[in-house]
This record gives sequence, structure tokens and C-alpha cells, in this order.
Amino acid sequence: MGLNKIMEKYRPLFRKGGKYEKFAPAFNGIDTFLFVPNHTTKMGSHVRDAVDLKRVMIIVVLALLPAMFFGMWNIGYQHFSQLGEATPFMDMMLYGAIKFLPMLLISYGVGLGIEFAFAIYRGHDINEGYLVTGMLIPLIMPVDLPLWMLAIAVIFAVIIGKEAFGGTGMNILNPALVARAFAFFSYAPSMSGDKVWVADASTVDAISGETILGQLAAGADTSATSVMDMFMGYMPGSIGETSVLMILIGAALLIFTGIGSWRIMVAGVIGAAVTGLLFNALGLNALMEFPWWQHLLVGGFAFGIVFMATDPVTAAQTNTGKWIYGFLIGFFAIMVRVFNGAYPEGMMMAILLMNVFAPYIDHYVVQANVKRRLKRLKTA
Amino acid sequence: MSQDIRIKKGLTIKLTGDAQKEISDATLSKIFAIKPTDLLGVTPKLAVRVGDKVKAGDVLFYSKAEESIKVLAPVSGEILKIERGAKRKILTVQISTDATIEYIDFGAKNPKDLSSDEVKTQLLAGGCWPFIQQRPYDVMANPNEAPKAIFVSAHDTAPLAGDVAFSLENQKEAFQAGITALSKMTTGKVHLAVCGKSVSFLNDVKDVSILKVTGKHPAGNVGVQIHHVNPINQGERVWTVNPQDVAVIGNLFLTGKFEPKRVVALVGSQVKSPKYFKMLQGANLETLLTKNIELDNSRVINGNVLTGTQVTVDGYLDFKSTTISVIPEGNHHTMFGWMPFTGGKKFSMYRSALSFLSPNKKYTLDTNLNGEERAFVMTGEMEKVLPMDILPMHLLKAAMVGDIEKMEALGIYEVAPEDFALIDYSSSSKIEAQQIIRTALDIMVKEVG
Repeated sequence: MGLNKIMEKYRPLFRKGGKYEKFAPAFNGIDTFLFVPNHTTKMGSHVRDAVDLKRVMIIVVLALLPAMFFGMWNIGYQHFSQLGEATPFMDMMLYGAIKFLPMLLISYGVGLGIEFAFAIYRGHDINEGYLVTGMLIPLIMPVDLPLWMLAIAVIFAVIIGKEAFGGTGMNILNPALVARAFAFFSYAPSMSGDKVWVADASTVDAISGETILGQLAAGADTSATSVMDMFMGYMPGSIGETSVLMILIGAALLIFTGIGSWRIMVAGVIGAAVTGLLFNALGLNALMEFPWWQHLLVGGFAFGIVFMATDPVTAAQTNTGKWIYGFLIGFFAIMVRVFNGAYPEGMMMAILLMNVFAPYIDHYVVQANVKRRLKRLKTA
Repeated sequence: MSQDIRIKKGLTIKLTGDAQKEISDATLSKIFAIKPTDLLGVTPKLAVRVGDKVKAGDVLFYSKAEESIKVLAPVSGEILKIERGAKRKILTVQISTDATIEYIDFGAKNPKDLSSDEVKTQLLAGGCWPFIQQRPYDVMANPNEAPKAIFVSAHDTAPLAGDVAFSLENQKEAFQAGITALSKMTTGKVHLAVCGKSVSFLNDVKDVSILKVTGKHPAGNVGVQIHHVNPINQGERVWTVNPQDVAVIGNLFLTGKFEPKRVVALVGSQVKSPKYFKMLQGANLETLLTKNIELDNSRVINGNVLTGTQVTVDGYLDFKSTTISVIPEGNHHTMFGWMPFTGGKKFSMYRSALSFLSPNKKYTLDTNLNGEERAFVMTGEMEKVLPMDILPMHLLKAAMVGDIEKMEALGIYEVAPEDFALIDYSSSSKIEAQQIIRTALDIMVKEVG
């Protein structure tokens, strides 16, 4: 193992008293990525589970890959199909890759740069949380978002959304959604409307980049998109959000490994379905009449409930709390979609709102636990 | 009279190197040592000096706070050394053993005919009081208090744990006598937890309420059983005694001798042929270990791999230990070791390793941390391994900041570090939960008492 020998040579320089002690967090960050360290248990249980935070985060990244690859293909597909050009599969992938990979690079480069800087400044180890956040951010952005806007959104999200609270594990709001919300409110023309969801829609007249929710909000007819298209993801939207099928593959991996909370996902779907049904029953306008189950297929609902709502740091932490939290996300997402005409997608706001209320939900779950114990004392 | 307890949560860690059902006699060690540090909540006051001759049953030290609590010599011989650590804290009291053991006679008595005070006097004088542990706080019981119930768990679900019924096979009468004696100590019941899936002589023990326990670890933890049968509220006391110690208590009454016999399971992947050994409390382990284990790159643990304490090869059997586990040290780097679904030798509660494909496979785990300590990120993982109506993450957070009121409200009285051992094990952030709980319990003892 040659690489380990090389690393072994440099490790002492970064240890306490070493020449580059200050930069230890950065070096350790790279070292721990290459090699699981030789740390052994010092107290407590002598054996430990194979899982660690890196493994957890990598599994989430793996779960995101199907949606990412589909997103790259869909960038090409939306572009070329609207132009009426028959394009081979690989060309669409290539076109998508050329559009998407710079966004991914910027997201990881800028975000990890800040994480490393903070780790060195604060003298703590680098947490792996950004591996997921850095992947999520480009996947929830429109394809034509200028890279500098993306970079600023990432900076805002990492510094204000995360580091200001103390870093991974301490943040209140999901950092990826903070990035999206920041970009959305700062650069609205690049983040909403009918010109941003398909590559080159703003410069080429033949391309219209409207999402289904956008069409609905504008009172347009959405019947052009079949239910199958919605499920498969052959429609415009944020890069990673369109294919429910690919998201379900990711969800299956998260639930199977036990890393994503199935409670939140199931509760979210129930919440959205119940709310959708309620509006269907009222049926006062076209938006309310949009079938409840199609709400689950369009927009960012599926992506949000699987990958964003389940972020363990910002979600409710108790098992009971997770049910309530998930349900309310589903509820608010559909509420915003139906009632806010200027704002067709409700998922981002629903999750951010519930992020804020998650500790409140937990508080009541904890109080219920405490009361059960007190009651026992009285009856004993 | 029996009651079923079925535990659904938890995790059974299957390790290689469990003990064959075969008992050998370990040679009598030349040196024995009693470690006051094994006895939580006791400050020792020495009764012997180096060079003193002692018989088995002579007092080595008292508890400074409660002088009726005595810790006795397990063998006869000469006090060889009193080892002290920082601030002159007594670490070990060592005895060099006589060739034949002489005993002090405490007088054989039938516990059935004794009053509760007489039983207590015999337990204190005969050196068996330190075997009684108290919940809350997981410290030695106070002889001036009375418990609302006494729990004995004769079903050990910890990794590689020995079979309790098998190790007590030749101690049936002593065990029964010990139980009868204990039943005099409480106005409530003595609960004896047995394996719900097999029948042994333990099912026929009298003067107890039998709990038939089934489920994964920590179903055998006495704390879990207490929680499900007779949970502890503020101000209440429950006592617990380990099954082999019950037999020692029983022998004290039957023979009048203090003879802390142990059937120790020597287990783990580094043991050449794992089996049981008869020895005495405090025995030096060197001869036993050099003969029976791979000495290279091994960690020897007094107790099981989840809750035990590390001991050197020339160390001694702990005060209450009935298991010695020996596993490989994990002092190695693993390239891309975090990659999920690689390495068939890894075991994970998450289905992030291939271990889910073979649920009955036994694993050889080493002491590698498999990662580094991180902030709390994952939620819900602790709840999976704590089968109590307690919110472990919230209790741990309250414990970390030492918030007494919150800890009380969240159930600190019901837990002991061992109940959090699986949280240590399974934590993806590598949280030292047992340590946090122990520190919190020490605060509680000091502040609430």
C-alpha cells in the first residue's frame, strides 16, 4: 500500500507539535477520506459498528446519483426535443453534462473551500455533511442559473445557513434549501418564470421552459404532459427533481439502508395526498381541481420529501415528531401550490417552514414522554 | 408464577469465539488482587498492611462512608503490595496466595429461619454486601435503605456472554439459598429473569417471580427488565445482583465461608479454544491468558465487549466479572473503508454493509472505531437499540450539559451505562454514551443522592 506510506510520512507534520499543526483539519480531512483512521476504542464499547458519518453521507450521495444522471440527460432531452432535433442519447447526456458538471464543481469547490477554511480557523475536524449538500444544491437549481449566482448562493448557505450556527449538526435550516431560497429571492428572474427551466429557453424563441406547476398557476392547460411523462420525468424543472422514478430508486436505497427516515417520507406523502384530496373535493378552481395524486408527481415534491425533508439535522428528531413533521410538509406544500399564484412551487417553503417548527414539534413529543413518567409516579 | 417480557428493539451482535460448554479448572493463581475501583460509590479505608497474614474472609478494606460494608480477601495468604495511583488513590490490594486456602468461619445458617436483619448482618459480615448493586445510579446498595424489589438477570444477551444456567449447574443449592436470603431483604418481590426460549433449573427456583425474557440484546440487561416490570421513580430503590454472586451469597449461608467462586467464560476470536474456567474473584490472569490466547495484537477485556474494561495480560479478574473477552486490536488504516457495501467482514446495524445478507454469520470485530467522533447528525438510531420508553438522544443531551431537572424528567433514574452500550456501539457519530451517562449519574449521586 504505497499511498498509505506516503501519507504516513506526512502525518507527523500535522500532529500536535508538528510543523503544520494549524492545518491539521485540512490534512486530516483528506487523510480520513483516503483511509479510515487507525483510531481504536478508548472507552465505552470496545467494538463499533461499521457505520460512520462518511458512510452515511456517501450512501445519500449514491441515492442521489440516479436522479442526477437522469437530470443530465433531461437537460439535453428538453433542449433538443423542443428544437425538434432528433438527437442520440449520448449527445443529450453530453450536452447535459456540459451544463451540469460546472455547476457541481462550483458547488463542491466553493462549499468545501469554506468548510475547510472554517475547520482550520476553528480547529475542528471537517464534517462530511457537505458531501450531500454540495450535490443537492445544483440538483435543485434551474439549468441556466449563472455560475456566479450559484457560487454566491453556496457561500450564503454555508456561512449563514450552517457555519453561523456552529457547523454540521447544529444548523436549523437545510443548507441546500437556504441556497435555493437565497437565489430565489435575490435573483428571481433567473430562478422562476417560464424561461429558465430548459437550457437556452431565454435566448432561443423556439424553446419554452415552463414547468407544469407554472402552467397551472398561469391557468394554462397541462394536458400536453402525460402522467407517464410526469412519472418518468420527461418535463422541464429543476435539474434533479423531475423524475419520480429515479427519486424512488434513491428513496428505496435510503429506506433499505435505514439512513433516510421512512416515517418522514410516508407522512409527507400522506399529508400531501390528504390535502390534495381535500382541494379536489372543494374544486373551486383549476388549481384545486388538479388531481391530488398528480401533485405527488410534479414539481419538487418527490425530491424534497425524499432528500430534503429527511435531513436528520433539520427534521424532527423524535419518531413521533417525524410523523407530524412529514405530514405538515406535505400539507403546506400543497397549500402553497394552490393558494399562492405568484409562487407555483410550495415544497421549498414548506420544508423551510417545518425546519423552523421541528424543534417545537419535538418539544411536545418530549413533554408527552415526561408526562407519562410523572403519571406513573402518581399512580404508583 | 411467571411473567413474559418480549423485547423487540435492540441488536444482537454475533461474534466468533463463543464458549464451548466445557468447564476446566484454572490453576490457582499465585497472586490475587482486589481493585477498590471496581466498586463504584465506595471510598476504601484499608484494614491491612503489607506483610499482614490474611485468611480467606479477612477484611481488606471498609467503605469509608459506611464501615459496616467490608470487602474481604478471596484467598488466604500474605498482603504483597498495596498499589496506589494519583492522589494516593488505592488501585489494588494484592495477596500472595497460600498453597492451601484457610477460611474464616462466619457460621452456616439457613436463610429461611433468619429475619431480614439477621440476613443483612450475615451479608455485611460475610463480605457479600458489595455484590448488591443499586438502581438508580448503578452504585453499591446502601444497607440503611430497603429496596422495593430485587432483580437478578440470569439471561445474558451480551455478545459472547456465557450461559448462566450452565455456569451455575453445580451451584443449584447455593443459588437457591442466595435467592432465599435476598428475598428477606425486600418487602417486594425478587424477580429472576431467565431465557424465555430454554428451560433450565432456574425455572424451578423458589421464592422468586420468574421473568421469561425473549428478544435481542439488551433484553438480558437488568435495567430493561426493571423498566418493563417495576420501573423506578424518583426516590425509589431497586437492587440488583449478578447470578454468580447470588450463588456466592448462598454458599456463605450454607457453609459459613466467603468463597467467591467464578465460572468465567474465556471468549473471543483471539482465544484458542473458548470455554469456561473455574477460578476465584481477583485471580491473576497471566497464566490462563498466556496458555489460551493469541498474545499478539490482542485486547483483553474484563467483561463483555460492550461494557467491559480493558485489562493487561498480567491483570486480574474484576470484582464481579464472569467473562473475559479477547478480541483483535484495530490499529490499522483502511483505504476507502467508508465505502458502503464493501468488505464482507464488516458488521453494521444499518444495511450499509453486506452483513444484512447473512443474518446468522458470526463476525470477527476488532477495536477500530470505524470512523471518527462527529456532531450528532443521525436521529432515530439510538431509539432502535434502547428498548425503554425513554428518549435516549434527549437524555444524553441533558446529561452532557448536566441539567439535573431535565435528566430527572427524561428518566435518568432508570438507566445505567450498560443500557447505553449499544448506543456506543451503533452511533454513526461515535458518541461515548456510556461515559456520558456515568458522568451524569455521578452528578446525580452528588446532587440528589
